[in-house]
Amino acid sequence: MNVDLSIHTDLARKILIGFTRSEITRAGFSRALVGLSGGLDSAVSCALAAEALGPENVLAVRLPYRTSSPDSLEDAQAVAEKLRVPLETFDITDMVEPLLKRDPNMQNVRRGNILARARMIVLYDQSEVWKGLVVGTSNKTEILLGYTTLWGDMAAAINPLGDLYKTQLRQLAAAMDLPPEVLSKSPSADLWMGQTDEAEMGLRYEEVDRLLYLLIDQRFTPEECVEAGFGRAYVDSVMKRVRRNHFKRLMPPIAKLSNRTVGYDFLYPRDWGT
Amino acid sequence: MRLNLALVQIATKLGDVEANLEKHLGFIKQAKAEGADLIVFPELSLTGYLLQDFAPAVAHRPVEDDPVFRPLLKASRDLDVVVGFVDEDARHRFYIASAYLSGGKVIHVHHKLYLPTYALFDEGRFFTRGDAVRAFDTRFGRLGMLICEDFWHVSPPYLLWLDGADVLLLASASPGRGLNEHDRLESARWVEGVNQAYANLFTSFVAHSNRVGYEDGLNFWGGATAFDPGGELIAHGPYFEEAMVSAVVDLGRLRRVRARLPLLRDERTSLVQTELARIFSK
Repeated sequence: MNVDLSIHTDLARKILIGFTRSEITRAGFSRALVGLSGGLDSAVSCALAAEALGPENVLAVRLPYRTSSPDSLEDAQAVAEKLRVPLETFDITDMVEPLLKRDPNMQNVRRGNILARARMIVLYDQSEVWKGLVVGTSNKTEILLGYTTLWGDMAAAINPLGDLYKTQLRQLAAAMDLPPEVLSKSPSADLWMGQTDEAEMGLRYEEVDRLLYLLIDQRFTPEECVEAGFGRAYVDSVMKRVRRNHFKRLMPPIAKLSNRTVGYDFLYPRDWGT
Repeated sequence: MRLNLALVQIATKLGDVEANLEKHLGFIKQAKAEGADLIVFPELSLTGYLLQDFAPAVAHRPVEDDPVFRPLLKASRDLDVVVGFVDEDARHRFYIASAYLSGGKVIHVHHKLYLPTYALFDEGRFFTRGDAVRAFDTRFGRLGMLICEDFWHVSPPYLLWLDGADVLLLASASPGRGLNEHDRLESARWVEGVNQAYANLFTSFVAHSNRVGYEDGLNFWGGATAFDPGGELIAHGPYFEEAMVSAVVDLGRLRRVRARLPLLRDERTSLVQTELARIFSK
């Protein structure tokens, strides 16, 4: 079955730039900052923010750890130079080492979560210094599969990328003026050496995006996805992943006691009064 | 007779009626300077769309001693004005409404009939649905107004047509959605397609004013349009940008098109009535 995830990149870009400008300025800010990993997603977020607010108003922040790939650092620098945004670098090694050393047997997932959350701490601290809002970099594939760290890389004031699958984000990135090395590299959280998203998840973005598009956007049942040519076990494992990680997409539930409770019947948009 | 129509696609300040009123008065002044006869603002143009729990706080009555309607009614002495607002009735029910103002008077108020409460929409939770669809007489002939979801259903425009409306004024706050390979969002494609179809099917003018701007993650796509009774596009506003779009409505075109294509003459309303009675008697 032919599943087409093509997007009109000029249209997407126009909407996302307008969104970024609107949501930052009406919150009372004129500046933004983005944690720039050297990968494609954060490069697109940074480029959108630069177009929305002017490059001088967007701070790119590199947050390397001692094992981070030197290529990532160089690629992030190339992105910042291309976009003409100011660049700061905060090595988080000294910040996280004492915690990591407390448990020599700590596994990669825990280490990865600690790095992601340490980066969030630095970004939010710099947000106060720079007087700007953190622009998120999580895409729809990651959000649905839960391939993110809660309160880590998901933490942001706004997220322009969260309704684009990874393969759609690649199309958008290709239409923007970004360094070619950023467009061609394998997606990686770069939390440990040699890590790639696809190897860690055991999924290929091209394939899982097509399945998610059918399940979520087109409201196919799992059975209909199998009829469309996806393996039953594959469909089940992706569905399970989506369901198991749903908590990451919600605010923690508040136990209802009163007649009016935040999240249930105290309902105001974020842009209330602006 | 020619009607110079100004379709306004504005971004609103969410819940700040005073700021939005100022913007309305500015556009009305500009429209007057440009020779417009009728200016049409989009759905909930005085309040913004995503009101949720503060809908009651921004409600107004379309009466002369209301502080928001007083200046609008005054402005309507120069040209006719359609505004979108939250209407509160005497028993404190809240409606999504459009008011037609002319010569310092309220000529007609339409309450939104269909409140979408599915997918991203939650209007039925916060608003009361209207229960009447009526055409009304103006100095430009008989018109009809509908709000957004009202014209996603075929019956309200059909009823207005039968009630004598020759110009349909449609107002929306339509959240853009359905990004694919096309240069228009699916929501824009759908609305423009049905508006053109109504113009063709009812051999009437169909003008649509849709807001722009953002509220939280929602975008509003603008793209005001006017179609003539032959289904020809006579005006098209830009997407996503604030604009006042002018359309010259040549009302003589109604006669010429209907002389050629007598769909209104031939419409079998008693057949519709008979068959509806049969269907609902089951």
